[in-house]
Amino acid sequence: MRPLRIVLRSALPFLIAIPLCLALQSVLSPGWSIIVIAAGINVILAVSLNVVNGFTGQFSIGHAGFAAVGAYTAAKITTAMHGLQIVGLSAGVSDQVVFLIALVAGMITAAMAGFLVGMPSLRLRGDYLAIVTLGFNEIIRVIIENTPFLGQATGISGLPRLTTVLWVGLGVIATISMARRLVGSTHGRALLAIREDEVAAEAMGVDTTGYKVRAFVIASAFAGLAGGLLVHLIQLCTPRSFTFVKSIEVVVMVVLGGMGSVTGSVVSALVLSFALEGLREVQQYRMVLYSLLLIVLMLTRPTGLFGTREIWDIIKLPGRRKAARVEVTP
Amino acid sequence: MIEFLQHLVNGLSVGTIYALIALGYTMVYGVLKLINFAHGDVYMVGAFAGFYLANAMGVGGTPSLARAIIVFVGSMGICAALGVLIERFAYRPLRHRARLTSLITAIGVSFLLEYGFQLPSIPGIGIPFPPGPTPRFFPEPFARVAWEPFGLYISNYDVVSFVTAVALMLILQYIVYRTRFGTSMRAVSFDSQVAGLMGINVNRVIAYTFALGSALAAAAALLFAGSRPKVDPLMGLALGVKAFVAAVFGGIGNVPGAMVGGLALGLAEEFVSGYALSSYRDGIAFALLIIVLLVRPAGLFGTFRPEKV
Repeated sequence: MRPLRIVLRSALPFLIAIPLCLALQSVLSPGWSIIVIAAGINVILAVSLNVVNGFTGQFSIGHAGFAAVGAYTAAKITTAMHGLQIVGLSAGVSDQVVFLIALVAGMITAAMAGFLVGMPSLRLRGDYLAIVTLGFNEIIRVIIENTPFLGQATGISGLPRLTTVLWVGLGVIATISMARRLVGSTHGRALLAIREDEVAAEAMGVDTTGYKVRAFVIASAFAGLAGGLLVHLIQLCTPRSFTFVKSIEVVVMVVLGGMGSVTGSVVSALVLSFALEGLREVQQYRMVLYSLLLIVLMLTRPTGLFGTREIWDIIKLPGRRKAARVEVTP
Repeated sequence: MIEFLQHLVNGLSVGTIYALIALGYTMVYGVLKLINFAHGDVYMVGAFAGFYLANAMGVGGTPSLARAIIVFVGSMGICAALGVLIERFAYRPLRHRARLTSLITAIGVSFLLEYGFQLPSIPGIGIPFPPGPTPRFFPEPFARVAWEPFGLYISNYDVVSFVTAVALMLILQYIVYRTRFGTSMRAVSFDSQVAGLMGINVNRVIAYTFALGSALAAAAALLFAGSRPKVDPLMGLALGVKAFVAAVFGGIGNVPGAMVGGLALGLAEEFVSGYALSSYRDGIAFALLIIVLLVRPAGLFGTFRPEKV
């Protein structure tokens, strides 16, 4: 029975999400579905960044750079395959399969970029990662703007509109269950140990560099997924969508929600995404507000809204409490 | 050969600027073990302080050396005050918290300066402040004279900038290694707790360190404005990262290391972009950083101090 239960536990969130997303998709007006999809993409970015900044206690501020890598890979694949049809599949299904391949390829290239960036900087103390990721974000922009193959500053336009509420919903579920299950696993425990005290973790035999790089690679892969989804929503892939401003936006979401809290990231990503929609007119004050928010948060409540706790630790649900206690015993 | 010498001249003149900014990073890192993210933006504020002062005094219309010096010293003073303010209100309250909190605050301060300066100007105060996102042009404080010995192009701005930068670095070297303040700064950098027990006012030393580093950043901004007179709110970002790379290359926390690192980065950028990959100029610093981190993470002159529990 055990293997079956494991499979069911992994598949259950998706099985629940698919009808929900389909229902949402049919209810929402086109304008609202764009807002919901954008919010979902922000959730993917925030939760994946939380793996590095929250669980592992490192500090990356170049998440948009990895999203750009994934986005350009996916965009290149869908534009190259556009109009082609996989044998034996109808046009609609074929497009979806191509999109899936493109997203996965984007995740893989973003993960490779994450490995290249993380490998040298994660051997050292955390603050180097901040500068290196910031630099990487800028370098990605310089490379894209100098490469005719990637469309330089104007980018790749005319992408098919493939991102739907369903795709984003599945991406969100995949990211959240990755994060939640990672925290509960041996890997996740090692990451938390590194966050709490790197020297002590190393003394206890945790391969700190190895775990840090792995966490970074995972986070980069999901950033690549978010990038791929984003460019197939706005049907345009330019370096302007992936500047460090975007990275800082994600950092603010993670810090506000609480570094180390998955539900915190989800809540703050949703709140900030919808709040931004309402604040379109005062666009120029947005970054000023974000930076003030960062400073004030650090001075008054450096743990963010939830700290390292999850939402059910704060609002105690009757059934949940028992489950939490069981988890501690083994 | 002439091309080589020209690259050498250009590399040295950019390198001294990098070195001046890198010194601010390295000194603050020395005393606080904090990467002061906002340092590049202090450099930007220095450029704007000089811009406003120069316009207020009419430097562009009637150039004179005395006015140029007042602008120079004035903006160094403004930046020193800004550095002390940032330290007092953003970093000092967090000094005994987790290191990550100060780093996040530093990023916040950096973005506050960058985007605060991009807001539309406040009406009714006489000067266009904040300057807004459009670049401004720095007035020339004195007439530009260019020489072309053996086909090289050197202007008096290059010479003034180089000489001033070297003089400032020599003064700094004197302050750090020969004065009482320099001794206490090195003591705080070595072990701030013990330095405090020995009767050193740690808070004051850290505040002075910020003042010194920020003043150097302002000097760098004005010297650089001689060859590149464009000032805009985001100018500190790329330059800040490059200067940080220079500091890491020389060994972060090490004062002579930052000078050597700055010169080396300036020369490397100039030669690589001059001979091979001109459009990837901004990527060179990043590549250098990756190499340093892989090969010698403590930098050229740094010593790797193991972390004690």
